[in-house]
Amino acid sequence: MARIDLANIRHAYGPDPQSEADYALRRINHGFEDGGAYALLGPSGCGKTSLLNIISGLVQPTQGRVRFNGEDVTELPTEKRNIAQVFQFPVIYDSMTVHENLAFPLRNRGVKRAEADRRVNEVLEMIGLKPQADRRARGLTADEKQKISLGRGLVRSDVNAILFDEPLTVIDPQMKWELRAQLKELHRRFGYTMMYVTHDQTEALTFADKVVVMYEGEIVQVGSPEDLFERPRHTFVGYFIGSPGMNIIPTELDGANVRLGEYFAPLPMKPHLRGSPKLEIGVRPEYVRITPEGIPAQVVRVEDAGRFRILHATMEGHNVTAILREGEEIPAALHLTVDPKGLNLYADSWRVELSGQPAETPHGAAP
Amino acid sequence: MKPTNQKAWFLVLPVLLLVAISALIPLMTVVNYSVQDTFGNNQFFWAGTVWYEQVLHSERFWNALLRNLIFSGIILAIEIPLGVFVALHMPRKGWGVAACLVLMALPLLIPWNVVGTIWQVFGRVDIGLLGATLSELGVDYNYVQDPVDAWATLIVMDVWHWTSLVALLAYAGLVSIPDAYYQAARIDGASPWAVFRHIQLPKMGRVLTIAVLLRFMDSFMIYTEPFVVTGGGPGNSTTFLSIDLVQMAIGQFDLGPAAAMSIVYFLIILTLSWVFYAVMTRDDAPSPTDKEGAP
Repeated sequence: MARIDLANIRHAYGPDPQSEADYALRRINHGFEDGGAYALLGPSGCGKTSLLNIISGLVQPTQGRVRFNGEDVTELPTEKRNIAQVFQFPVIYDSMTVHENLAFPLRNRGVKRAEADRRVNEVLEMIGLKPQADRRARGLTADEKQKISLGRGLVRSDVNAILFDEPLTVIDPQMKWELRAQLKELHRRFGYTMMYVTHDQTEALTFADKVVVMYEGEIVQVGSPEDLFERPRHTFVGYFIGSPGMNIIPTELDGANVRLGEYFAPLPMKPHLRGSPKLEIGVRPEYVRITPEGIPAQVVRVEDAGRFRILHATMEGHNVTAILREGEEIPAALHLTVDPKGLNLYADSWRVELSGQPAETPHGAAP
Repeated sequence: MKPTNQKAWFLVLPVLLLVAISALIPLMTVVNYSVQDTFGNNQFFWAGTVWYEQVLHSERFWNALLRNLIFSGIILAIEIPLGVFVALHMPRKGWGVAACLVLMALPLLIPWNVVGTIWQVFGRVDIGLLGATLSELGVDYNYVQDPVDAWATLIVMDVWHWTSLVALLAYAGLVSIPDAYYQAARIDGASPWAVFRHIQLPKMGRVLTIAVLLRFMDSFMIYTEPFVVTGGGPGNSTTFLSIDLVQMAIGQFDLGPAAAMSIVYFLIILTLSWVFYAVMTRDDAPSPTDKEGAP
């Protein structure tokens, strides 16, 4: 196990990068705690796989240092870093049995036969493939193969971290839950440092203690699932996490109030802003309420998402979504209000920290 | 129950006709010849299995068959490993890929009798670049007189002509291996040999099966090149079954024995190819009851 630090990591795939756009990773500074379960979350092409491969050494960063427990490993090749990595598509050695597959990383490192057998049997027990131990790996199902890939990482008892690169992509939905639960269980029992790349927020939020959200080659926020939900640091996080995503509405500032057309909502305190940034408010659909009074809105459509319904409406010319409570009726004259608890202010897409208590107003928006 | 009719046969009729005209009827002609005797004048007499017995008891046939087997064995033993070796060292990206592929494909584009002619001239002691150079260097090389030299020339020629086919097939197998396998191998700390043994070789398995089958069948039927280079000599040392067959059928006009030999020859190739195929694909079937013990 190890603490992993990334210092000023920049990476470009092409030679001689000129502009910021040439960098797949713009500037990454982050420390991953020993024994933490992290998810790297972001849309395709945001650089999360590059980051993972830089940690495992499959990719050499253009700039910056990688440290394991304070020791610089940037120049070390993958095999010397003692990292386990599970890929999107299961990698198994076709010609070997399950047992031999698991023993392979140990044999390559010259571990004695008896010791290797002991470790392999432990891992077979852990991943539940004991009955298949002597079968050819080729004939197994996708999830069993992926378990073998995982198992090859687990046999080395001293791995610094286990990295997952969208490991459940090819797994059937019901098996996904089971495998994810097993990963969580392994993490809880053995305290591996785990990093899990995904673009699926449910996967990220259920797996990780800390979610690292990436966007266009940068880390935009690191936080607990709750942080990401309640206090997205960047409008991208607000939009990307949550279903549906956060409402982002352009606004203007009037003292300690944000203004939407002729309506105002008080902020907990007057924000300190430098220059004249682009201002937006961000409100989760969960905090948009139907109230007898408030800002008039027009219904566009109502979507049934199973456990709840989603109201799509326009308000002062902006699209908003709201989560309807069970059995909630939509009145003919629709008025919406924002719960001040859920009100976030964004300046140039970054969240403005407003500490202090929200002002005492019954409904967030008052005419 | 719906009444059944036989109209669907019309759908397969065109294929049946094509196969009949292109394969079955010519083959049946040969079968026909092999059980009859003729003294010219288009008169045929039933001969039974006489020609078959004659062929199977003739030392000439067994010697030619033995030569064929040795020749195929040698060229497989050289071309398959060499082709794999070449494929492993071919570039994977950049302009080198196209250059390599074109260069490798060149020998395959040359008509077989031209290949024979090239080597026939190349190896000549008086004017051939290879032959003349060797004799200048004091090497006693003469494929016209020395059976060993004749064999060596034929083998080198075949290796030159066909190794690139094996290499191209192996290369196709290699480039289809996803990157994740190599990455996983690095994570697992595998040596280059282990990567070859446990990733590249198994993944090339199928194309190598095809390569072995093609090269076996083709070399076992080899005719044009030795005919042009050595004409089966010196003596009978490079008289393969096909050369022998042509001598018998056209040179001596022994239609019956030649036909019988053709059939036997065909059956041998069919059987050996099947054996190769069966042995090489034995592991492919996913069998849930596979209970091989882990060593």
